[in-house]
Amino acid sequence: MVSGAPANDVDLECRRLVKRFGGLAAVDDVSFTIAEGSFFSILGPSGCGKTTLLRMIAGFQYPDEGDILIKGRSIVSVPPNRRPVNMVFQHLALFPMMNVAENIAYGLKRRGTPRSEIAPKVQAVLERVGLPDSGPMRVDRLSGGQKQRIAIARCLVLDPALLLLDEPLGALDLKLRERLKVELKELQSQVGTTFAYITHDQSEALVMSDHVAVMNEGRFVQVGTPQELYFDPQTAFVAGFVGDSNRWTGRVEDADTTGVKVVTADDLSLLGAPAGAGGLARGDRVEIFVRPESIILGHDATRLGAVDNRVRGRVENILFDGANSRVMVRDGASGHEIMVTLPQTGEFAALSRGQEVHLGWTLAQAKCFPAGDDAARAGAA
Amino acid sequence: MKAGPPFRLGLILLLAPIVLWLSLLVILPHIDMLLISLRVRVAPRVYETSLANYVEFFTEPLYWNTFARTAIMSVTATAMTLLIAFPVSYYIAKMLRGRTKNLLFLLCLVPFWVSELVRTFGWMILLRETGIVSNLLQWAGLTAGPVEMLYNDAAIMIGLVYTSLLFMVVPLVTTLDSLDDSLIEAGYDLGGNGFAVMRTIVVPHAMPGIASGCIVVFMLTLGNYLTPILLGGKDSLWFTDQIYTQFITRFNWELGSAFGFLLLVLSSIIVWIGLRLSGQTLSESVK
Repeated sequence: MVSGAPANDVDLECRRLVKRFGGLAAVDDVSFTIAEGSFFSILGPSGCGKTTLLRMIAGFQYPDEGDILIKGRSIVSVPPNRRPVNMVFQHLALFPMMNVAENIAYGLKRRGTPRSEIAPKVQAVLERVGLPDSGPMRVDRLSGGQKQRIAIARCLVLDPALLLLDEPLGALDLKLRERLKVELKELQSQVGTTFAYITHDQSEALVMSDHVAVMNEGRFVQVGTPQELYFDPQTAFVAGFVGDSNRWTGRVEDADTTGVKVVTADDLSLLGAPAGAGGLARGDRVEIFVRPESIILGHDATRLGAVDNRVRGRVENILFDGANSRVMVRDGASGHEIMVTLPQTGEFAALSRGQEVHLGWTLAQAKCFPAGDDAARAGAA
Repeated sequence: MKAGPPFRLGLILLLAPIVLWLSLLVILPHIDMLLISLRVRVAPRVYETSLANYVEFFTEPLYWNTFARTAIMSVTATAMTLLIAFPVSYYIAKMLRGRTKNLLFLLCLVPFWVSELVRTFGWMILLRETGIVSNLLQWAGLTAGPVEMLYNDAAIMIGLVYTSLLFMVVPLVTTLDSLDDSLIEAGYDLGGNGFAVMRTIVVPHAMPGIASGCIVVFMLTLGNYLTPILLGGKDSLWFTDQIYTQFITRFNWELGSAFGFLLLVLSSIIVWIGLRLSGQTLSESVK
């Protein structure tokens, strides 16, 4: 968490926010801070409450409990048009009745900026987003990526303390999304405005953010840097949601200081490391997560080296996708299908369906979480 | 070329009703009316071509005064209908959700299941000297004797606005419904207050609906006969009443036709001016 930052470096602070819809808590006791100038993402599946959270910060929804502070000042009772916060809407919400320059000037006019200052400011921000000549263009003549940049420019021209982005890349095609991810990140580091970005796409969150909060069922499950979330997930939900994983459920057979021995539901015996809060004891039901890229692939068992877990299986399918190619291997003993990243060394270029391969991974790379739903685990911890 | 004939036959069949309707019921009568309006009777069954009927309209103050009055009243009624219908439509389209929205929209439609005549009689029952409002005022001691509230311009205006309301609400609700809520939210988010959002986002978006609603209401009001006559009485001085008088009472079809034509031309000019002033086009407003 970034809560240790000194008060004057904090742009946004949410204290124990709660929002209920008909008795159901959409946002349930959420507290967090966003440091000035950082790119903060809230990542969660649809319906996890992230949009509600963002709309409360923007002022379109009123929290039932808790407080929202911007630069140390509570803004809960401030109407949305007076908050130093601007929002890039999911479908961008550019005003179709105005051209690009008028769209950007809208906020300045509402603020009472003198007419003579508006035009240069609009031009400056258009240059900053790399569309200096688009001022007189009609909004519907812009491409998806240009619309996106204009929507951001329209907010940046007002110099907000915090820019909220509500899945602005969601409606775009994959190729453009990949490019805009990089562009958005660069733009943010150039302008230095604090970004709060919500998404259900883990890749967007990981690529762009300084910090990511993973949200599920109205709560923040884990907050950390993308690296922390990826390499050190604290709950089974985070391990399953961030990045791809192979997953087993099983029961702890033996536990000691070095790790746990687990027998899975399909009778595979695995060694793993306990992860998350609270230890594991013999007889506990666990979920095991192993990333496809941490599995070593070999034509014979000797090539695997010193690994704690070994599995022999047959290639079920090859999912060729350039650098992201994967192999699906059916474990001979248990019948479990395991996803393995294909090494790019060319050694396995000739791999074909039905071929026998050996898989192995170390104890530390098999993360064991206590099984059960998040709420039960939170209660126990 | 092979696909030509069957396609053409289909097109002809599809267009036939509208072409027949337009030519038989609209174009032909208008041509005949134009021809009638351009002749004067010099002796029994002897006619001469002349512009005398049109000259009479402009030289006789009663006629063009009545026309000007009808036009001004119609414009006023249209403006009042818009002012009343806009908040109602906005409330139905943007504030309400689901069942309440449909229910309220339906409630707007319900009065129009009753014929215009019956609805106008409803207003007469309320407003006449021995009517409900008059009796209520007397019972409350606010007036000494019976009050006649019919047969004046206010009564005509009430009737016209009431009759037109639906034709304004329907296009407005439709256009406002198509306004994305996030545009309104973005308007607030970027610092606009309620008035600024209304003026810069909601109204410009609703402009085609406003234009089509206003055209329909203006045309219906201008051509209305029943409401001004029943609520305004003999002195209503409504232009359609003048046309009726020429055709039926005075049996002067020539002058009546000229009036009919003038009504068509002048109302078209007013609509054109309205569209020019609001920066709308006719094709956009019927979308």
